[in-house]
Amino acid sequence: MMSNIFNFELPKFPLDKITLAILDFLTEALAGVTKIASNFIETGVEGLGEGIIAVPTLVVIAVITFVVWKFIGRNLGIFALIGLLVTWNLQLWDATIYTIVLVLLSTILALIVGIPLGIWAALDDRVNKVITPILDFMQTMPPFVYLIPMIPFFGLGTVAAAFATMIFAVPPAIRLTNLGIRQIDKELIEASESFGTTPAQKLLKVQLPLAKPTIMAGINQTIMLALSMVVIAAMIGAGGLGGKVLAALTRFRPGEAFEAGLGVVIVAMLLDRITQNVAGRRRKSPAETE
Amino acid sequence: MDKKVMIQIKDLYKIFGKHPAQAKKLLSQGVSKEEILNKTGQAVGVQDTSFNVYEGETLVVMGLSGSGKSTLIRMLNRLIEPTYGTVIVDGTDVTTLDDDELRMFRRKQFGMVFQSFALFPHRTVLENVEFGLEIQEVDEETRRNKAQESLELVGLGGWGDYLPEKLSGGMKQRVGLARALTVDPAILLMDEAFSALDPLIRSDMQDELLKLESQVQKTIVFITHDLDEALKMGDRIVLMKDGKVVQIGTPDEILTDPATRYVEKFVENVDITKVLSAEDVMLKHQHVVTLKDGPRTALHVIKEFGLAGVMVVKQNRELVGYLSAEAAVQGVKNEDAWIDHICTQEVPTVPPDEPLKQIFPMVADSRDPIAVVDEKRNLKGVIYRGSVLAALAEQGEQMYDE
Ligand SMILES: Nc1ncnc2c1ncn2[C@@H]1O[C@H](COP(=O)(O)OP(=O)(O)OP(=O)(O)O)[C@@H](O)[C@H]1O
Ligand SMILES: [Mg+2]
Repeated sequence: MMSNIFNFELPKFPLDKITLAILDFLTEALAGVTKIASNFIETGVEGLGEGIIAVPTLVVIAVITFVVWKFIGRNLGIFALIGLLVTWNLQLWDATIYTIVLVLLSTILALIVGIPLGIWAALDDRVNKVITPILDFMQTMPPFVYLIPMIPFFGLGTVAAAFATMIFAVPPAIRLTNLGIRQIDKELIEASESFGTTPAQKLLKVQLPLAKPTIMAGINQTIMLALSMVVIAAMIGAGGLGGKVLAALTRFRPGEAFEAGLGVVIVAMLLDRITQNVAGRRRKSPAETE
Repeated sequence: MDKKVMIQIKDLYKIFGKHPAQAKKLLSQGVSKEEILNKTGQAVGVQDTSFNVYEGETLVVMGLSGSGKSTLIRMLNRLIEPTYGTVIVDGTDVTTLDDDELRMFRRKQFGMVFQSFALFPHRTVLENVEFGLEIQEVDEETRRNKAQESLELVGLGGWGDYLPEKLSGGMKQRVGLARALTVDPAILLMDEAFSALDPLIRSDMQDELLKLESQVQKTIVFITHDLDEALKMGDRIVLMKDGKVVQIGTPDEILTDPATRYVEKFVENVDITKVLSAEDVMLKHQHVVTLKDGPRTALHVIKEFGLAGVMVVKQNRELVGYLSAEAAVQGVKNEDAWIDHICTQEVPTVPPDEPLKQIFPMVADSRDPIAVVDEKRNLKGVIYRGSVLAALAEQGEQMYDE
């Protein structure tokens, strides 16, 4: 008798159909934009990726090692050399390059959007008030939530992955640019204004240079988020190391999955160390003798 | 007086908050700043302030923390927007300028020096000093030369290539001063520019600014909360309390005339048992040196605790004299071994129960502190000029509250 209460049928709310209708409309409306973006990213990733892959692998490894060694330090140079040789040996070279290119491209997109937004939020309290809760919300979402809405716009593949990655990775760029500018000592801003700086002079000569370490920390975080997303984006058909991991897992080949996973770790450590080093750089007095 | 008025401040108010009109009305009804803040949430920074600054003078604005000094000075170049009233600088009403005009005005009229120096850490000393000219898009060679000139003016000619972090506090503030001077402004605004420096360096900087002033002839608005500094630097002093001007006058007028009135008023209003004596205003646990200490130890104590000097006593705390920082430095230089040779024996003394009324003229006359001693000439405490005023201000505040 009790069960009666629980047995009646409530018609299902057609959320799926409504969503579909909205998405259809948006896809249609934004078709022009998405088309251009698709072409841009597709040619970017493929052109760059294939270009690098076409060069003999050892040459690429040598160049990267040299640059890292020269500009950052011996230890990291050696790490780059060994790490890249390992990926090559494990036959993950193409996937590694694809992943790095996709990460860097998505990061650049994220920075193009994120840094100006961060500056805007820092200079205008109203913008800050709108943006902050949105960023908070974005950062509570698990990454794959960003994948699904991309499919109707871009289909499966690289472009959808790049956009999902950009959106997922943009919050720290906005947040830390904003923070970096806001936390500048008030007297320094007053000093600048007391000399009659225009807003542009103040921004370029005082605020951005002083916020730079914080902005660089934001860029580092953006890159790391982009990498994690690029790996997960294998679920919507992004290739690369994430694709290898996913393929190995679905076919239950833990050994291969481990190899590809190692590739991800190597790329992660390389990108992290390099950006942290660049970020941590401080200006030395020209007068200082070393 | 036919001195030219450089800055004319008229009925100036700054009220922080969304409803200044309400706060202003309450102010005019005599409601206190605190009450207004509690009742309406409006913070009164400066209220009903009018005075002139004459060309070429150094005007010191003095007051306790929160009295509105920083707010006032920032309204002169509109780093803080006045809520009501006008500021007329060299004939121009600053409050009516639009953004562009204000920028131009700041560039040519004002140089500002800050309490925590506010040097740009990412620029070298020279790049800091040339900042103002760079903003005016003066060509690189000219501005480098001008910047170098002002660095030399403050004695830091060889430091242009260093980053500010390599410099000591005193040097940093010299750079701050040079940076302000490079644009050759008509007016220097200095907000507690020397407050962050330790006493010896501070006194050096004061001398240096006085010297500079005689060379460059600027109008200076100088903020401090230190009476000694105000007396030393100011042609005239503006005393502020609760965002309002309570007195304007020359150092002499401030010290003698209004001060004694203040005391009289205080004595007639307050119960006689509450009248202050030397005991009440003296500092009890001041550092002293004994005869067995050398000048070096004395100088160390002076530096360590940021004093202008120390009292010298025998082992049993019997007073010997007073050793100023300068005398200690001199003693160390001359390698004088005996502290009683270099200290002055002519230190003014009072008994602990000496009424404040008697102490006031003594403080006004002497730069050195007063020793409070008992019948056996044992040191009980020390009175500085500042401590008398602080005690009075405190009492005055209590009177207000009653
Ligand atoms: N941005 C602000 N918002 C609200 N109230 C403020 C603001 N700036 C200053 N005030 C208030 O205005 C009053 C005067 O402050 P101001 O900084 O001018 O004092 P000051 O005399 O310079 O003190 P100090 O010696 O501590 O520097 C204080 O009561 C302060 O709390
Ligand atoms: Mg202040």
